[in-house]
Amino acid sequence: MASSREQYRSGVRPVWCPGCGHYGVLNSFYAAIAQLGLAPEQVAIASGIGCSGRFPAFVNAYGFHGVHGRPLPLATGIKLGNAELTVLAVGGDGDAYSIGAGHFPHAARRNINITYVVMDNRIYGLTKGQPSPTSPTGMHLKASPYGSTDTPLKPVTSALAYNASFVARGFSARTKELTEILVQAIQHPGFAFVEVLSPCITFHNLYQHFKEVLQPIPRDHDVTDITAAMALALVDPALYHGIFYAQPRPCFEDTIAQLTAEAQKSRTEFPDLLQRFRA
Amino acid sequence: MTVHDLVVRVGGESGEGIVTLGEVLSRIAAHAGLEIYTFRTYPAEIRGGQVLYQMRISTHQLTSQGDRVDVLVALNQEAYDRNLGELAADGVVIHDSSVQPAEGGGRRYYRLPLSNLAEELHFSRGRNIIAAGAVAGLLGLEQQHCRHVVEQRLGQRGKMLDQNLQALDSGYCYAKDAFPPYERIALPQIREEERPERLVLSGNQALSLGALAAGCRFFAGYPITPATGIMEFLAGELPKLGGTLVQAEDEMAALAMVIGASFSGQRAMTATSGPGLSLMIELLGLASMTEVPLVIVNVQRAGPSTGLPTKTGQDDLFLATLGGHGEAPRFVLAPTSVEDCFYQMVQAFDLAERYQTPAIVLSDQSLSMRLETVPPFGLDDLAQPERLLPSLDSEGRVEDYLRYRVTESGVSPMSLPGMPGGQYTAEGLEHLPSGAPSYEPANHEEMMHKRFRKLRTALAATKEEDMAISCGDAQPEIAVLCWGSTAGAVWEAVEQAQQEGISTGGLAVQLLSPLPDGVIQDFVAAAHTVLVPEMNFTGQFAHLLRAPLAREAQSILRFGGVPFTPHDVLVKIREADHGQ
Repeated sequence: MASSREQYRSGVRPVWCPGCGHYGVLNSFYAAIAQLGLAPEQVAIASGIGCSGRFPAFVNAYGFHGVHGRPLPLATGIKLGNAELTVLAVGGDGDAYSIGAGHFPHAARRNINITYVVMDNRIYGLTKGQPSPTSPTGMHLKASPYGSTDTPLKPVTSALAYNASFVARGFSARTKELTEILVQAIQHPGFAFVEVLSPCITFHNLYQHFKEVLQPIPRDHDVTDITAAMALALVDPALYHGIFYAQPRPCFEDTIAQLTAEAQKSRTEFPDLLQRFRA
Repeated sequence: MTVHDLVVRVGGESGEGIVTLGEVLSRIAAHAGLEIYTFRTYPAEIRGGQVLYQMRISTHQLTSQGDRVDVLVALNQEAYDRNLGELAADGVVIHDSSVQPAEGGGRRYYRLPLSNLAEELHFSRGRNIIAAGAVAGLLGLEQQHCRHVVEQRLGQRGKMLDQNLQALDSGYCYAKDAFPPYERIALPQIREEERPERLVLSGNQALSLGALAAGCRFFAGYPITPATGIMEFLAGELPKLGGTLVQAEDEMAALAMVIGASFSGQRAMTATSGPGLSLMIELLGLASMTEVPLVIVNVQRAGPSTGLPTKTGQDDLFLATLGGHGEAPRFVLAPTSVEDCFYQMVQAFDLAERYQTPAIVLSDQSLSMRLETVPPFGLDDLAQPERLLPSLDSEGRVEDYLRYRVTESGVSPMSLPGMPGGQYTAEGLEHLPSGAPSYEPANHEEMMHKRFRKLRTALAATKEEDMAISCGDAQPEIAVLCWGSTAGAVWEAVEQAQQEGISTGGLAVQLLSPLPDGVIQDFVAAAHTVLVPEMNFTGQFAHLLRAPLAREAQSILRFGGVPFTPHDVLVKIREADHGQ
């Protein structure tokens, strides 16, 4: 039951630079939730810090603009607090892979039923251009005047290694494909990771580069084959976009609900609980 | 009735079951109708090192571990050598036969061949229970109480229970046969109808029960000594009540999950110790800024850094009341006893929910781990935490909603995800009443006022007896101001000093943020001396008191990792009295 995407605009004007990839992500997101016909009050989005952190304010939904690196545990708490909600966590490459990297494997292995959208521009944009965990080696920036020294992370391979049950890559300039990926990710019953290549037009303009290296995942790829997914994710410098892996397994809140239902069979009312402690 | 008051200290090697010995013995006394108060220290390592378990047993309610040791139970030479200095001159030593005591003086010595007795039973690991039986026998506790406790506590497995009962009986009978009774350490037998109704609880258990009574249904935490017991307790109980407990990947994740769950409408908490609270501080500021109710328990241990993980301290007061960048209002509460842990936890949830502000409960290692006999909780008068939600129109929608609407009380209705029309973004940036980010100076000032105004509103709405408790003279010449578990030693010191004719009184402040200035000022109005005992190096509470007191207070500081004794405080009260 599709609905109008206009109803999801909050009325707060985005503060991103004109041409920022994040506009493409936001528009794809409006389109995806419209296509799914989600009621605004049933959607909750948690974010961290960075240009991507502003995302929830632009959406007519429940949002939480938290501290740097913690959108995943925030989103986990929101979902556990009300399992009926459609919950997303959004971040950038610094928020997700640097300060917040410790949460990524755990959200994935718990398989909490949320969608994690990481807008990767391979640079710190809000602080005006320092290398991020996905910046290429040798990149010359203000904080790396002699060239950055570290090897960039490959987040899609990480997500697969962390046992994320849904792993995809999109590009902010291909909004139609990105919308479809987001729809699938939100519908996936478990932890869904979507890497979105979302260029920073001001400090690291990779539009042309991405257009040259991106190619769709081959049609015959089996999304339940994790070895094949890993092989596609390791291809370099060409980049595949689309869905690498999708293999549902029991999600965290369902497991918790079952465990709780089982425990409630031996429900003890509070005054009775106190009896256990009698001298 | 004669007042009986006996302190028994048990020492031995870690891994020998010293804590079990101490707990079993304490519970036997409690089951027999006596009051107990235990104290334990142990090494951070799981095995190796000396463990000490002390219990005070009395016919009247206890508030501290006492000043002296009457009975020393030494399971090895080191336990004997190390603890002899604190044993009363007319005290009693019960020692394993491997220990070589320097007999003589006014003390009595009882030799207990633990290894031989254990060998007879083919139960080498039963030495601790044999010792428990022997000590109980010597103290005159009835065998039926001993057996009841062993059945209750060590009875999960049939064969183990039989072995433990045999061990208990073996020790008990050995004491009855071989140990001449000694009036000095004999405990009275309380008739069944005269036994007070009591719960035996640790501070961590009382805090957990308080959380459940307050309606907490979500917990996320990360294991840390000495707070882990709270998570373990709630892991067993929350699911039974339909609640959720998550072991998070770190303390930041734990508090972020708590914030998220509370945002969704759950009554939520975490529990940690100093190092964990340090990690949580940024998120505490977020909760304050976004006005999300939650409770954080900090079971303090001696710091800084990793510090002394298994020793006690009160050195996180600044961190709790002032920690973090910017200025983020929060409530800070400190229970004074195991019983008070329950009530302060309920109050913490009440304040947090009512004023949409995080609340920190400051416990400490000694309070968290010790057992006390506690009167049954008054469940009927408990506060019912309530969060202000927006009113819904006839179609179930929230109309004209502003999440951070500026109000006289500072409290704005909080919509929950799922409520149509109530959508907003909880914003860590300074924000307009709508929640939209704003850097306007006038708005920032108004919002700072709004958030801090909630503390003032809360203070005006809180009864004085819920902010502080006092003992001794209401207008004392020597005023002792304290907080947290130090209160127990203060109560006893004040009582003793009053018996010596000194005008003194104690005030334990339970609400540490916002401080109830008026209550404190009234209490010290007639005092020539203000004493502030606390377990830290820099006198943190005395610092916080400077504004309300507007005078010099005299700090009494202990920071070695062990609690105050009443004597520590009494000496200073006497000095202050002589100085006049």
